[in-house]
Amino acid sequence: MKVLVAIKRVIDPYVKVRVKSDGSGVETNNVKMTMNPFCEIAVEEAVRLKEAGVAEEVLVVSIGDTSCQEQLRSALALGADRAIHIDVEQSPEPLAVAKLLKVVMEQEQAQLVLLGKQSIDTDNNQVAQMLAALSNRPQGTFASEVKVEGETVLVTREIDGGLETLKLDLPALISTDLRLNEPRYASLPNIMKAKKKPLSVMTPDFFGVSVERSQQVLEVMTPPARKAGQMVGSVSELVDKLKNEAKVI
Amino acid sequence: MENKPSATLVVVEHDNQSLSVDTLRALSAASQVQQDGASLPVTALLVGHQCSLVLDELKCVQGISQIVVIDAAEYQHALAENQSTLIAEVGRDYSHILAPASTFGKNLMPRVAALLDVGQLSDVIAIESLDTVVRPIYAGNALARVRSDDATKVMTIRSSAFDTIDLSDSPVVENVVTLETVINAEHSEFVSQQKAESERPELPAANVVVSGGRGLGSKENFALVEQLADKLGGAIGASRAAVDAGFVSNDLQVGQTGKIVAPQLYIAVGISGAIQHLAGMKDSKVIVAINSDPEAPIFQVADYGLVGDLFEIMPELLEKV
Repeated sequence: MKVLVAIKRVIDPYVKVRVKSDGSGVETNNVKMTMNPFCEIAVEEAVRLKEAGVAEEVLVVSIGDTSCQEQLRSALALGADRAIHIDVEQSPEPLAVAKLLKVVMEQEQAQLVLLGKQSIDTDNNQVAQMLAALSNRPQGTFASEVKVEGETVLVTREIDGGLETLKLDLPALISTDLRLNEPRYASLPNIMKAKKKPLSVMTPDFFGVSVERSQQVLEVMTPPARKAGQMVGSVSELVDKLKNEAKVI
Repeated sequence: MENKPSATLVVVEHDNQSLSVDTLRALSAASQVQQDGASLPVTALLVGHQCSLVLDELKCVQGISQIVVIDAAEYQHALAENQSTLIAEVGRDYSHILAPASTFGKNLMPRVAALLDVGQLSDVIAIESLDTVVRPIYAGNALARVRSDDATKVMTIRSSAFDTIDLSDSPVVENVVTLETVINAEHSEFVSQQKAESERPELPAANVVVSGGRGLGSKENFALVEQLADKLGGAIGASRAAVDAGFVSNDLQVGQTGKIVAPQLYIAVGISGAIQHLAGMKDSKVIVAINSDPEAPIFQVADYGLVGDLFEIMPELLEKV
């Protein structure tokens, strides 16, 4: 079985995001970038499936400018076998990403596609579901457990208030949630080995997919800042403030 | 340019017994989809099985002009595969399709959008005009004003940004249309569901959240957080550091890569306030921080801060609230 994982390069979650003063976006110059944490979980799950003998090959794809090859190399160092970089100047909208991945999924005949449930930059949470719709395949979103059983996969999903388990026929799409696994760190020998693993570069034209945008970001704003609060001197004072001033208890 | 009527479809979330609160908030968002100061007509789409109690509730919602009901065994478990096809089919006649940004809506709506070959606006917190909305990006560390040029605007609505819509004591919606469209969820089968047994409310829906951090020192000490949450009828949460230290399981993590919450009252106990964590709770109405370190960044976002030894403060607080 071939597993396809798509990953995104994003601002590191521990970096404080700053909105540009002209409102055109957020500052990305000289900011630490990393693999989207949910994508990292997807890579880890794919590699574990390979280690368990369930998957034969793990193919990793990223869509972005040349710099995302850095994250593809990270994924290769974590255990992916092969990488495809789809070269675009600007990150396409989720629907276009899904259309590109659909072509890759078909060409590669991937049986399982693992994606992070959302990227922590645009926070859309859309690609896996859209790809499932376009390829007319079943989806297991927000997965906290994945068990491949023959031609099917059992996916336990994190839903509001609990868990839900679905049985999906392969090929299937899975989006990963936090509890699915804890990603490993790449070892130095694996980082060295990753440099020699195959990485091919393609363009959206090759796939016949338009990356034209249907949504325009008119302005990016800093959310209203919280006013500095007050320090209280004792538990009694705190309880009094919560009861009589804030009226929340 | 558009030849479809201007009208809003709201996809109803329910458990075949009752409407979700998130749906009441999405319906209130729908009333803000306006042209020349008047709301577009709102249709509520109820897809389920033996969901007549939900229909009774819906009939009491003010501002709905029509309810479309599709009741079949195939729709009992809200599977995305068949429901999205159905919703896209019904939705073709609408200019706007809204659903709550709960796990229900997040699972379903991008699939609907893709079937209609349009984008989706996720987690909308304000609707400014027929084509322009505001939505948080970077876990709420920035807000984006976005215009959609798609023929159909598909959006999910962040509940914490909208009030619930008004309900009448008696039915006010008379126009109810029943459809018989049955679509099978090929390739996907519901196996089981485990709802959390806890008496505590769910993190995203709770009015009060008490969260603990590394400052608690151990898994055993986390009981202090649980006791306070129970006393206040709240949910428990945790910082990433507390999760990494093994005090609690990952599903309780509040932060950019965990749950994003906006309760009436958020109490952070022994949490320093890393950016990661602040991103998940800074939209709470009232924030209380209790920490031994007066320099902890959490105090910069707290409405009320108390510096001191957690193990003296917490027992006293438990006694006094």
